[in-house]
This record gives sequence, C-alpha cells and structure tokens, in this order.
Amino acid sequence: MIGLFKVKEKQREQAQNANRGGASVKKQSAGELRLHKDISELNLPSSCAISFPNGKDDLMNFEVSIKPDDGYYHNGTFVFTFQVSPVYPHEAPKVKCKTKVYHPNIDLEGNVCLNILREDWKPVLNINTVIYGLFHLFTEPNSEDPLNHEAAQVLRDNPKLFETNVRRAMTGGYVGQTFFPRCI
Amino acid sequence: MADLEAPQSKSRDLDKLLLRAGNLVGPDFYPGTEVKALISQLSIVSSSFSDFVIRLLSLRVLVVGAGGLGCELLKDLALSGFRNLDVIDMDRIEVTNLNRQFLFRLEDVGKPKAEIAAKRVMERVSGVEIVPHFSRIEDKELEFYNNFNIIALGLDSIEARRYINGVACGFLEYDEDDTPRRETIKPMVDGGTEGFKGHARVIVPGVTPCFECTIWLFPPQVKFPLCTLAETPRNAAHCIEYAHLIKWHEVHGGKSFDPDEPEHMKWVYDEAVKRAELFGIPGVTYSLTQGVVKNIIPAIASTNAIISAACALETLKIVSGCSKTLANYLTYNGGEGLHTKVTEFVRDKDCLVCGPGILIELDTSVTLQKFIDMLEEHPKLLLSKASVKHGKDSLYMQAPPVLEEMHRPNLSKSLYDLMGRVQKDTVHVFGTALKNEEKQSSLTKLRVVFKGADGVADMDTAIGA
Repeated sequence: MIGLFKVKEKQREQAQNANRGGASVKKQSAGELRLHKDISELNLPSSCAISFPNGKDDLMNFEVSIKPDDGYYHNGTFVFTFQVSPVYPHEAPKVKCKTKVYHPNIDLEGNVCLNILREDWKPVLNINTVIYGLFHLFTEPNSEDPLNHEAAQVLRDNPKLFETNVRRAMTGGYVGQTFFPRCI
Repeated sequence: MADLEAPQSKSRDLDKLLLRAGNLVGPDFYPGTEVKALISQLSIVSSSFSDFVIRLLSLRVLVVGAGGLGCELLKDLALSGFRNLDVIDMDRIEVTNLNRQFLFRLEDVGKPKAEIAAKRVMERVSGVEIVPHFSRIEDKELEFYNNFNIIALGLDSIEARRYINGVACGFLEYDEDDTPRRETIKPMVDGGTEGFKGHARVIVPGVTPCFECTIWLFPPQVKFPLCTLAETPRNAAHCIEYAHLIKWHEVHGGKSFDPDEPEHMKWVYDEAVKRAELFGIPGVTYSLTQGVVKNIIPAIASTNAIISAACALETLKIVSGCSKTLANYLTYNGGEGLHTKVTEFVRDKDCLVCGPGILIELDTSVTLQKFIDMLEEHPKLLLSKASVKHGKDSLYMQAPPVLEEMHRPNLSKSLYDLMGRVQKDTVHVFGTALKNEEKQSSLTKLRVVFKGADGVADMDTAIGA
C-alpha cells in the first residue's frame, strides 16, 4: 500500500493541477443527485403541480399544489412545502401543508400524518410516491389517524356535518373557533 | 542508524510490527529502522534516509472529528509515531463531553474541541505537530482535503461521512482502461460507535467499497407516527416528541427549535412532563428529553477506545505496509459478551461516487444539445431524454416543464463552456436507457474529456512511476 506514496512529487503536482478545474466546482451531495433524478421522472396527475420558488439552482426546496378533483375537498387548492435533506433518500423529505386546512390528518400548523413521511419511509420510495400519498389524503381522509382531533371526530360521527365544515373552511370561514382562509 | 533505537519500553509494540518481516506484510514493506524513523522522535531528516522514510516523515493525516472517537484517534496516532496531524471539528466543548473526551478539562468548556485536543496531545507527546481547524467540514475548500495522504474519520452522522466520502472519492481518477490511478487514491479509515457497538472500516476509493456503495445497509431511523404522538402516546419518548414536533410549533409559530439552546430544551421537557402526567405515563426526564430530541445514544468510553485503536492500527498499516489492511469492515459488539467480525463488503461497480463511470471524449465545440443526442447513440448508454448535472449545477432537466423551460437556453451553449472550461470532469446523466430491449430508468456517471483543451491534453501524462 505504500505504493500510494511512491509517486514522484512532480507527477503528484500534475495530477493536482489537472484536477483543480474540477475541484473548484461546488460539491454536490449524492442525495441531491438522486433528488434531481426523482424530479425529472415525476409523473403527476393534472391536478398536481410542482414549482420551485428559489429557481433552478435550488431543487432541494420546492412546493407542490394539489387540487383534488373528487371527494370532500373537490376544487380546493392545497400547497405543500418540501424540504429535502442531503441525506435523502436515507431520510424522508420534510413536508408541511402551507394552506390552512380542516382535515383529520393535517393539523392547523400544517403537520401531516402520512405514514410514508415518517415511520414507513424507505429509500426506494420517491417524491412521486409522496405526492400520491398526499393526494390520497384528500380523496380518503382517515379518521383513524387523527392529527386534528375535532375534525376526525366529526368525520367519524357525522360525515354530513364534516362535508359542510370542509366546504365552509374552503370557501373562507369559521369552523368552531378557527378561521380558514379561502382556498377555492 | 543505531542511534535511532528508542528505549524498548516506549515503542515495544510498534517494534514488533515495524522491525520484523512477516507473511502478511505488503509487497512494498521494508522492515527495519528506516520504517522506525516514522515512530522515532527524531526531527532531523537525514540525507541518508531513503525516499521511503522521507515520505513517511512528510506524511499528513487528517482526523475528522474531535469528539469521543476523535480524541482517542489523535492520541493513538500521535503515540504510533505520526508526526503531522490535522484535526477538524466545528463543535465547542460541553460539560457532558468530559466523561469520555479525556483530552478536555472542566476549564475548557466552551472552547473549540479541535484546538484543545491538538494542544493537549502536543503537550503530552513530543515531536508531534497537530494543526487544529475549528470549522465545519463543508466550509473547507476541496483542495484542503487533497493535502492529506489519509483521512481518519471519527464522526457521528451519516451526513458528514457521506460528505467526506464524496470529497475523497472526488480526487480519484481513472485511466483509460478504468483502473484507478494510485496517486489519486485518498484512503479513509472510518470509525463509529453507538453504545457498546462499533465499527471500523477501511475505504480505499477505487479499490474497496466506498461509503456510498453500501449506504443502503444502514437501518432506517426510528420515527413515530405523528398521529400516535398527537392522539395515543404510550411511552415517555412519545410525550417528548409531541412537545418537540407538535406543541413547539403550535406555541412558537415560525420560531425554529434549536436543540443546542438550553432554554428550548427545558421548554420541551416541561411540556413533555405535562403531557406525560395527562396520560399517566412515567419516565420523562431531562436527560431522556435530550436523548430523544438530539437522537443521542449513550457513548461508552471503552467502545471508543477499542474502535479508535483499530482505526489507528489500520492507518499505520496503510502507511507502512507492515501488514494487510482490514478487508474491509469490522463490527464490534461488547453489549452481551463480546463479538467481533470482519465482513468483506463488495464495491458497487456502478457507484455514482467511486465508480469509474463511462469515459467520453468530446470536442470543445460540442453543444449541450449535441451531447444529449450523442448519449442516445452511445452503445454503452442508449440513453434517451437525458438530463445532465455537473457538480451542483444542473445543466439540463427534461422535466417537469417549469424546469425544462428554465434550462432550455443552455442547449445551444457548448458543454465545454457550461462546465467552466475544464479539460476533464465528471458529469451525471439520467433518463431512460434501453437495456435488454427494455426501457429502464437510469442514472450514470460520465468522465468527460475535452480534446485539444488547455492544460494536460493527453490522459497519459500523469501516469507511470
């Protein structure tokens, strides 16, 4: 292994010089590379759109808007922020809902209860699967895994009232003590 | 060279390794006092020394991390005779470090770890020169890392290991026949501990698997479902995570939580206690709160010492050739009884970080569009709808449309200009590849060389010994 150090100084310098051009380029993380691939392969339904508020040089932070075409949340527009760490895909992206929403699985701070974002995340999953997971939350809100306790209870006990509440929230109004800005 | 003989007591164990021949020594190993000059305290570089010894004396080792493992590593390497060490760490000493980071004293609390660690080892071991760097690893220029012959890692995160691995593998160059060039290989020795468990591994980029080749072996982090935290907490950790992940944002809005801020930690602890009382759950303590929030696993000093010793020995072996290096991953488990095992991991030949990638020669006039078209024709690639990435810059993205539009102006520019007019560099391309008549998603590393560009035009000039 000492052969590593046997090369003459001159050759070493040469190698360094030749390398310098490359080395001045900012180091990319392997996670970033995988994320770029994920993004280029997105296959989204027309009801979902992705945007990059920081422009093309920052793909690690982006927004996805979802406009359900069916169910309780029909025609609402819900924006999610994605933060992807350099450790991606070893770690799931951090996803928050920017739009205040009356939803059993999303709390008023925008935390989202979606299994693949936390306990069931696997590196084989990708951004596409996460977006489909979020989409699914709007077509099938789930009262079993509540993050907004009140909304979950209403959905479970009185689906008709739940539907009314969702409509009221989406058109901009109060549900109980909480005001929801219009998102239709 | 009789005067090189140190008193037997001091280097007795090293003498056994360095003064005797053996069946397991490397092909370039010359036992004897010349190698021992490495471990001697001599500061004179005699003209009678061979190139070999002079090289050993000018050898530079970087220790990354000056925490539990880093302190041990610095001490072990210094006592093994390494004379030029650098140490980098971004942290300051905390009182809770003192039980195992033995280079630090109570009066050092608040001072940079790297600086104190270097100072203490230099006070105790004569002849060693340690340069401290109180800095984030990402803040150093890439060239900084090229100054070292070996990088020894005493880190506690996947992210930091992944970064250093990327940097070290970035120096690796391949010949036209895909053999790694020896002079560009930057070996790493990586140690890690978690409680009674630990590992030591030798990474020789281009020869043994790099960190990225085997990253999928890491078990996923344990994360609790948010709804469990919000609705049905069952243990103390659930209460703490509720306070940390949900309650904090509810109360503090946009203010982000800082785990190194004692007031923040105290607030989370108090909230966790309230929640635990509400649900009749025992066991929330301040130290558990710190543990859960910062994901701390108790560090055991003896595990650090054992792993560090293994790492220092591997470093010595790489340098001297006095024995075969570990092949290539040692696990140590001292929890129940004692168990150690060495596993030989294999390289991922298509690794995007340490693999050779596919060599492509281009004229400096080739436009990005032309380049993308060429990828479709290339027999080893057959890559259609390719997107192209160079370092941190994405040069072209085929989709989604918003990004395609932003990158479209690049298509008519020359790739040479887009890559900053370097003679050669790595790019990554991804798209749909045709493999066995089937379309597959593909991500590939390419080594692009520009013909007739400035600098060293001929790939062969840097080779040969």
